Amino acid sequence: MSLFDKTLNRRTLLKSGTVAVATIAAPSIVRGAEPPPVKVGILQPVTGAVAMDGEFGRTGAELAIADINAAGGIKSLGGAKIQMIFGDARSNPEAGVQEVERMQSEGVAAIVGGFASPICLATTQAAARYDLPYIVDVGVSDQIIERGLKNTFRFAPGFGICTKTAIENLVRINEAAGKPAKTIALVHEDGLFGSGLAKLMQQELPKHGFEILETMSTPTPSRDLSNITLRLRSLNPDLVIPSTYYAETVLLARTMQQQRVRPKAIYAVVNGAASNMRFVKEFPEAAEKIMDCNHWHDPRNPKNEDLRKRVEAAGKQWNYNVPLNYSCVGLLADAIERAASADRGKIIEALASSTYDKHLMPYGPTKFVGGQNQGAAPVATQVQDGVIRVVYPETYSDAKPVFPVRA
Amino acid sequence: MYSLDITLEAVLNGLLTGAVYALIALGLTLVYGVLHIINFAHGALLTTAMFAVWVAYTFLGIDNYVLIPFLAVIFYALGYALQRFVIGPASHGDDGNILLVTLGISIVLENALLAIFRSDTRSLTSDFSFEVLEVGPLLISKPRLIGFAAALVVTLLLWLVLARTDTGKAIRAVAKEKLGASLVGIDVRHIYAVTFGIGCATLAVAACLLMPTFYVNPRVGGAFVLVAFTVVVLGGMGSIPGALAGGLFIGVVESLSGLYLGESLGQIGIFLIFILVLLFRPTGLFGARA
Repeated sequence: MSLFDKTLNRRTLLKSGTVAVATIAAPSIVRGAEPPPVKVGILQPVTGAVAMDGEFGRTGAELAIADINAAGGIKSLGGAKIQMIFGDARSNPEAGVQEVERMQSEGVAAIVGGFASPICLATTQAAARYDLPYIVDVGVSDQIIERGLKNTFRFAPGFGICTKTAIENLVRINEAAGKPAKTIALVHEDGLFGSGLAKLMQQELPKHGFEILETMSTPTPSRDLSNITLRLRSLNPDLVIPSTYYAETVLLARTMQQQRVRPKAIYAVVNGAASNMRFVKEFPEAAEKIMDCNHWHDPRNPKNEDLRKRVEAAGKQWNYNVPLNYSCVGLLADAIERAASADRGKIIEALASSTYDKHLMPYGPTKFVGGQNQGAAPVATQVQDGVIRVVYPETYSDAKPVFPVRA
Repeated sequence: MYSLDITLEAVLNGLLTGAVYALIALGLTLVYGVLHIINFAHGALLTTAMFAVWVAYTFLGIDNYVLIPFLAVIFYALGYALQRFVIGPASHGDDGNILLVTLGISIVLENALLAIFRSDTRSLTSDFSFEVLEVGPLLISKPRLIGFAAALVVTLLLWLVLARTDTGKAIRAVAKEKLGASLVGIDVRHIYAVTFGIGCATLAVAACLLMPTFYVNPRVGGAFVLVAFTVVVLGGMGSIPGALAGGLFIGVVESLSGLYLGESLGQIGIFLIFILVLLFRPTGLFGARA
């Protein structure tokens, strides 16, 4: 053991010694060469069950890094460029943690991403051991920010905010239409995300006069939703609220179409498919008029249209994860800029006091309390004639809601 | 409680799915009946067949139903070769070794698929997947109905082959008495390989029938093999009518427990039956011997 330690120490010493000598010897300052880049870890699940979302996230982060570097990098660090260290979380928490360890060994200044709640829960904790600043892009589970981890910041809204806003929006939309919807069936995936969301809605919806007929859970991945659809047909609820990932939502919508289950509306909450262009393009009939309370870009911010064109010109698809991750990287770069350092502690301080307003989301300037961005909120979207529109709130909307879809 | 036509539809869904379960169990039970081994590679071979269907459909534009005879022949050849040149020689006549060899094959296949296709879940996205047939108040999924009919036809064919042809007689002879069969001039190694080949061919057919309504990833076979084992145990090890009856029964049980207990707990019914059968009737419903 002691021998091992000594060997290690000697090696470390040699290595750092070499680096020191190289630094002294290199006349970089004299020649005015580029300052060393700031390494930023981008963690997304680009293989496995949620690979599609991970790919969206990566696209957004890559574009943001390219734009920041093209605009002169981090100016307070002499124009240091951001260097992306990409990690594939392979759609499971263990792989996510492995990638965090790898990023740590490669010396990243911060990590952005994670996407799925279970991945974010594990990776933020792994990063916390190294005081490594971590910006969660999506991960809606509120446990992520409730554990008192100083390194963890979530730019987007979590469960609590999403459910609260979703219910408020639903109540307003329903009232404006003369309260046509009274009964509700909840369909949720049985993991951390779906179950947590369903539990909150079970508590909140009855307070607003809705009756929950039944709460049905389904595993991810599910191969067959005939039984759930049969139950829906038997219950005949006014509203169906699905909280599932992409494949299951598509399967549910298509099975409902097949079995002719036609509720007054499908109002999804933080759904994997209901505001996804791929679903709308591949199955326009099943997707039409589905509403979703979810992350979405601010349609009134012209920067989104430019970014969207660039994404589509590259042959990729647009989804909320793209502007969200673009904004998260922007938020981090702003913090590094103000910290004027790649020091982790200083970046965490800068993030905690951040008032970043150049992002693409409908949130207003950032303000972090306990790691959660207070201004973050989802919006209500609806698929109308094959286009995803923001229908609520009015301050960000680009269309009016069609509700109820059928009487 | 649900209304009668909802329950009826769930039962019907179960029967339709159950026929494909029966087809998967058929290969397993046949190999067990003749070679007296549990083929652990069954699931991995099914996964391989499902990927073959997906590749043929997605990249070559071959319809999954048109593919059935071709894939069945390819998988027959694959199964024949696997038994003749890998499992048979590697086992050195010891059943314990065969078990390990098939387990090894399943590990190799699954990881090869993982390396080629990664762990993403894929499915055929055709509009046909969701077409329905209206019978009174019932809406019956067309691809499942086709799957049901085709599975029954294949079972019948297999039964005819075993009952009426010389090869069938030879297979039954080897299953009953290996030494006696070889004494009357039956090439036992050849019959073993033929049986394994037939087992693989039924998997290829099952894969073609499953893909319109199912998805595939490198680990999908495991879910089916667990169900198929239950079907085989329920129907009686080595029994063809047992596999069919067991498959249909398990399909209905799964569908009804899914309806009443919820999708997350749906499979509980299957394994409850598995344990009950093992406890009270270990020879299965149609099994002649233990």
